[in-house]
Amino acid sequence: MPVEGARKIPLSCVVNGAAVTCEAYPMARLLDVLREELKLTGTKEGCGEGECGACSIEMDGALVNSCLVPALQAEGATIRTIEGVTCGGSLHAVQQAFITHGGAQCGICTPGMILAAVNLLARYPQPDDAQIRDGLSGNLCRCTGYMKIFESVVAAARDAEIRA
Amino acid sequence: MRAYLPAYEMETPRDLAAALSRMAAEPGAWRAFAGGTDLMVLLEAGKLPHRKFLNIWNLAELRGIAASAEHVTLGALTTYAEVQRHEILAREFPLLCRAAAETGSVATQNRGTLGGNIANASPAADSPPAMIVYDAEIEIVSAGGARWVPYASFHTGYKKMNLRAGELIRSIRVARPRSAWKQYFRKVGARRAQAISKICFAAAGCVEAGRIAEVRIALGSVAPTVLRAARTEELLRGQRLESAALLLAAQDALGAEITPIDDMRSTGRYRRNVARNLLAEFLEVLAS
Repeated sequence: MPVEGARKIPLSCVVNGAAVTCEAYPMARLLDVLREELKLTGTKEGCGEGECGACSIEMDGALVNSCLVPALQAEGATIRTIEGVTCGGSLHAVQQAFITHGGAQCGICTPGMILAAVNLLARYPQPDDAQIRDGLSGNLCRCTGYMKIFESVVAAARDAEIRA
Repeated sequence: MRAYLPAYEMETPRDLAAALSRMAAEPGAWRAFAGGTDLMVLLEAGKLPHRKFLNIWNLAELRGIAASAEHVTLGALTTYAEVQRHEILAREFPLLCRAAAETGSVATQNRGTLGGNIANASPAADSPPAMIVYDAEIEIVSAGGARWVPYASFHTGYKKMNLRAGELIRSIRVARPRSAWKQYFRKVGARRAQAISKICFAAAGCVEAGRIAEVRIALGSVAPTVLRAARTEELLRGQRLESAALLLAAQDALGAEITPIDDMRSTGRYRRNVARNLLAEFLEVLAS
C-alpha cells in the first residue's frame, strides 16, 4: 500500500476575475487543477518540466509555468489563463494579431505564447526586437518557425500604439 | 513515472520561526520548498526523494534586497527577475544580473530563487560563479540561531553542502566593489536561451600600474561543485598583463585545477578548451 501522507486541501483563488474554490492535493500541479478541477482546458501541457511554456499562465501578474507550481502555492493567488485574456467578449489585440499574421498552426503552444506576449506587452508596451525575443524565449513552437509569432507580437504592439 | 500525489505533504508555515521550529521538531524530515523550478521537475519525473515540504515562498523574512555601505544583502527568496530589476545590482553587480538573465526563461526567472539555486547544489548553476566572484557569504538560520558561511566553501562535493538538518538559507550577502573592477561573464550552452550551461565563467579584476592588483575567477560545470579558480588567481596576481608567457601559464594553471567530465551536454575536452579560451577573453577585457 502506498503511504498516504497528504489529504486534499480546500483551495481558494481568483481565476480570470472570478473567485473559485476546489479541492486538490497540496503538491498537485496547478496545471492539472486548472484543467481537471476547474475545466479550463485552454492551458496546455507540453513537456511538464518547465522547458516549453505551453502551460504558461499569469499568477499575481507574473508569467509562470503552471506545471511547476504546486496547488498549495496558488492559495489566495490571482490567476489569469488564456480563457481570461479576451476583453468583454472580443479578442485581445495579441489574439487578433496571431490570427491576422498566422501566428498559430497546430495550436498547442498558442495559449502559452499569447500569455507570454500579453505579459510582455504589460511590462513593455513598446518592446524592441530583443525584448520580444526574450519575452517569448521560454515558449517553444514546433510548427511556425517562430517568425510569424514574432511578427504577430510586433503587430499587436503597433496596433496598441495606433489605438492609444 | 509520475509521482503519487497523496504521498507528498506540504504545509505553509505562518512565519520563519514557525518553519524553523517545524524543522527542528523532526530533524531532516521537512525540506524547504521555494519556487519549485527544480523540485517540481523531479516530482513530475517521480524522482523527488523527500516527502514532506514546507512552503516558504511567502515568508517575508526571506525576501527583499537591502544595501549598506559595504554590502548588498539579498533574501534567499530573491528571484532572478528581482535581481535584474534592482538598480544597485544592475550598476555594481553586472555578473549576477547577467547570470540571472541567462537562467531559464521569463517564467523561470519569476519563480527561481537564489537560495534555491544554492540549495539545489548543481555544479551547472549559473548564479554561483558570480556570487563567488563577489565574495558572497550565506546566512544560515535554524531554531538554534544563525551563522554565516563563505559561499566559496559552502559546497563540499557533488550535491553536498554545509547545511545541517533543520537549517535554512536565509540570505546572501555580497561585498560592494571598492574600486572600478573590470567584470566578465560568459555562459556557453547549446543555444542562447533556456539552455543549461556547458560551461559558465565569471570573473572580475583590476589593474594598477600595469599589474593585476586583484582578480577573482569562478566557473560552473567544470568540477563537482562550482569552482573558484584560486590557483589561477594566485598565478595572475601581481603579474604584468602584457607578459606573453602569462596567458599560457594561466591557461595551464586553470586546466590543472578544473576537472570537467563528459556528460549529456558536452565533453570534458570541449569544456577544457573553452575554459582556456574564456580565460584569454577575460584577460583581454582586463587589459582593455
